[in-house]
Formats: sequence, structure tokens, C-alpha cells
Amino acid sequence: MTDIFRTIDSSTLFLEKEKKTREEAALFIARRISGMDDVIRAFPLLDEEGVASRAADKVQALGKTPLSMAPVGVKNNICIKGALTTCASRVLEGFRPPYDAHVIEKLKLSGAILVDGANMDEFAFGSSCETSCYGPTRNPWDTERIPGGSSGGAVAAVASGEVAAALGSDTGGSIRQPAAMCGVVGFKPTYGRVSRYGLIAFASSLDQIGPVTRNVTDCARMLEVIAGYDERDSTSVDRKVPRFSESLSGGVKGMKIGIPKEYFTEGIDPGVKERVEEAIEVYRGLGADTVDISLPHTRYAVSCYYIIAPAEASSNLARYDGVHYGHRSKDASDLIRMYTASRNEGFGQEAKRRILLGTYSLSSGYYEAYYLKALKVRTRIADDFREAFKACDCVLTPTSPTTAFRIGERADDPLKMYLSDVFTIPANMAGLPAVSIPCGTGENDMPVGLQLMAGPFEEEVILRAAYAFESNTGHHKRVPVMLREGAQGV
Amino acid sequence: MKSDARKKTITADTVRYVAGLSRLSFDDKETDMFRAQLASILDYIDKLNEVDTEGVEPTTHALPSLRNVFRDDIPGSSLSNEEALRNAPSVKDGFFKVPRIIKDA
Repeated sequence: MTDIFRTIDSSTLFLEKEKKTREEAALFIARRISGMDDVIRAFPLLDEEGVASRAADKVQALGKTPLSMAPVGVKNNICIKGALTTCASRVLEGFRPPYDAHVIEKLKLSGAILVDGANMDEFAFGSSCETSCYGPTRNPWDTERIPGGSSGGAVAAVASGEVAAALGSDTGGSIRQPAAMCGVVGFKPTYGRVSRYGLIAFASSLDQIGPVTRNVTDCARMLEVIAGYDERDSTSVDRKVPRFSESLSGGVKGMKIGIPKEYFTEGIDPGVKERVEEAIEVYRGLGADTVDISLPHTRYAVSCYYIIAPAEASSNLARYDGVHYGHRSKDASDLIRMYTASRNEGFGQEAKRRILLGTYSLSSGYYEAYYLKALKVRTRIADDFREAFKACDCVLTPTSPTTAFRIGERADDPLKMYLSDVFTIPANMAGLPAVSIPCGTGENDMPVGLQLMAGPFEEEVILRAAYAFESNTGHHKRVPVMLREGAQGV
Repeated sequence: MKSDARKKTITADTVRYVAGLSRLSFDDKETDMFRAQLASILDYIDKLNEVDTEGVEPTTHALPSLRNVFRDDIPGSSLSNEEALRNAPSVKDGFFKVPRIIKDA
């Protein structure tokens, strides 16, 4: 397989030279994916004609643009006008949004060619991409294993070279955890940095859209395009967007990197721990100062998250009632029965579990004991970070305690599945920017991710630290077998 | 202990009650599965009680310095009737159509 889409620039160069029109380029991209995606299934809904016709849209093709013709995958919970957008749930079957999300408007103006419908856990409820109503996406490094989740399709598409970049969403690690498990770069911006207008809501106080790429430079370029104020999202923050891609090369000399002892606990795979400890040595070698810090409430993050996120989700998912869009049950003799039957038939098991959990914790008699308590613990988790950032510029941790597990391995044990997000959830709780970058391979020769977190709106600090690591190690250049020299394919 | 008292509250009836609030319904087998799973998840979540939150303000927004967002009440463009109805499972005369709500007298 020729790895023509390994960067944004390599994609632009190839497509601008080889293809006369955007439509032609889009059709090439879509057909190439269709030839590669049989086993991976990053795009189970792939509509070649749709991708091509949307790319032909004239308003998108004015002048020289930053992402000209670059193929960008889009998670199936981000609205693209006219494209099937279902959150991988039967309850939204047939839904074609009448408008573009803010990030989609921005990507179109940047000249990118969008490939819609990247697979995901249903409504982003999951850490393995197994709860999709279209079946799982597979990890390009080992197709018997999960790609991580919930943005598993977006991440697998980038890791397998089907697209140069992708957009995911991250509520508790849904960009970073799969990025770690598939050996690519995944970034969750500060809460409010990127507009959520047109992102189908899961947990509104935690959700954030972010890029998935093969290297840090492309990550910065994608972030530059999608960040910025949008009045249609009332939590969007009106703040100048730095030129992220121009501030990467400052190095880490004198940078204070915090190492929280709570992230190097017993539940972590030895291979993951070793790779991350080696990364710490790399940073020391580059002149960074490492500082031992403590984030004592880390161990409560998963508990806290599984009250707050399902509570918000149960409220956001109340809108799926079979009236305005999506699935309506044939068993509709009266209105209440129609609501119940439509939801019963439409939602998968994990969605039902979260709706139940959320409704329970918000219901009379339990609100204070669970929901209010969790909001207070959330304050303590955020306070931990505020305290830590007095002593360091950024925090370094593993992204996930394990490498990618086998398909089906944790599917019957929801709690075990939830615990795979233990290191990514805290950044969502505190609204912080966080990135996962490849740092080698661990158990079963699967990729390991290194996570860097910074204070609110300090994206530049972690991008600079990530770039320094990447350019001094080259772990990001290691690719799955299917992309290596001599592999069969297009 | 407090946690034991809570565990007892996850009965099949609790699951059925919460399912009703959520406009979901389950057969006995599903009810029992969700009861067991919720009990185990809530048991884990009980850890939150170890944290002293006396006098701690709840966080409803990750970046608390934000101010409220207002805008002038100026009419803008919106979806046309046709666009708004395009995704609906059932429509009639420019409206969403739902099953009968009021029974015959």
C-alpha cells in the first residue's frame, strides 16, 4: 500500500497533481477507502457518490486553502448537511442534518474533502467502538483487537492511511484513548475552544471536538482551522486563536513537566509503564525539568464521570421520541406507547444502561447523594490540577493503562470497560487541553500513547512538548503492517 | 453502613420505575440484567463518599469564570417548514404527525 495520505501536505501534493477537480479527487479518495476498508470498517456507511457530490460544492473551492483537497474523516456524530448522521444508533436511522456543524463549515472553507460517517460507539457510549449498531471497527495494527473508542472509526481511518486526518469528539477520552491504541495523535482542546454547534450532544459539560492526525504538525494545523468563537454555542469562548502550527519548535528546555504518581499505579500494563518512563527520560535529555506532583482525586474520576456523563446523557437523549427524526416504532397505538417502543427498539444496550443510570442519579431522593456529590468531587479534581499547575507547565501521563484489548474481551463487563478511561477522564472534568501521542509499542506489540495535559487555553504548551518528543524519537513514523513497504494494495 | 442501604434500593421495581421515567421498558430477563449491572456500577461509584466535600462548591461548568451569554432578540433566518419536516417519520399538512392523544368520548 502506497501511503499517499500520510500527511496533509503529502495528500494535497498528490491530489492537486493527479486530479483536476475536487469531485474527481473526492471520488478517488472514497473509492480508495472502499478498497481498503473491508476488514477495518472505519466507514461502514461509505457513500462514494455522496462524498464526491458534497466535495464538488463550489463555495468550498475558492483560492489557496490550508487543507486543500486533504481527505478528512468525520465522526458520525458531527452534522454534515445532507450526510447520513446517526451516531451509530438505530434510533437516528435515516437522519440527514439540514445544516453543517461549525467545524464542518470551517473545514469546508479550508478546502478539505470530507469523508462522513466514521464509525463510533453508539452515541459515543463506549471505549472500544463495539457498541456501534453497524458492528465494530477493527484496529489496523491487529484486526482481532478493538481500535479504542468512542472515536474508533475516525482514528482507525487515520492509522490505516485511509484519510490524512479526522475529527472526533472527546467526552471522557474518546479521541485520546483510541489515538493511543492505534498509534496516532489525538487532541482534546480546552472546553470552549472549539464550537460544539452541530455536534450531537452526549454530555454537554464535557464534550469537545478535536483532531486526529499522524503527526503533531498536522494536529496543530487542524486545530487552527476548527478552533474559534461561535455564538451558536453558548459555551464557546471568545478568545484569540493562536497560530498553533507556528509555535511548535520552541523546544522543552526549562519546561517543567509534572509527573503525577497516581497515574503509575498497579493496574497499568508493564509495557505501557516502561514506554512512558522512557518518554520521561527523553524529556529530561531534551532539557525539561520533571517535577513529582500529586493529583490525589484521580482515583475518584471514573466514579464521578459515571454519574455526571450519564446524567447529562439521559437528559440529552430524551429528545429521541420518534416524532421529529429517526426511528419510529410500528407499535404506535397511542403516544406514550409510541415513545417507549421507538426508544426500546432504537437504543442499544449500553445506551439504555446509561439512560437508566443517569435517570436514577437525577431522580428524586438520589439527586443529592449521587449527582450533587459528583459535581462537588468534580471541583476537587479540578482543584488538584489548579494546584499542580503552580509547580509545572504541563502534566505527563500514560493515555490508557493498557494497549488495545481483543474484540469481545470486555463487552460483557461494563465496569471493566469504564475503567479503561481512568487516565483520560480527569482532563474532561477540569476542561483542560490534552493530547495523546505515540511513544512506541507495549503488550502484544500494540501502540502505547503518551498523554500531555496543560492548563485552560494552554494548547501551545502541550503542542510544543509533543512536537519536541516526536521530532526527537520518530515513534509516529511506525505504521501498521498494512502500510509498510511491499504490502499489497492500491 | 450507608452503602449497604443503597444496594438494597436497586430492586427490579427500581429498574422498572426508572425505565418508566426514561420511556423505556424491559422484560424480566433484561430487568434482572440491568439490576445487577446498575448495582455493581453504583457499588463502585460509592467510592465518592470517601471524599470530603464539606463546603465545596459543585462544578457545573469546567471553566467557572465564564459569564452568562445574552444576545439581542433579533429575528434571524431559520429552517423552512419543508427542511424542518424532512427527517420526520410521519408528517401531514406541514405538521409532525403523532398517534392519537385524546381518546373518543
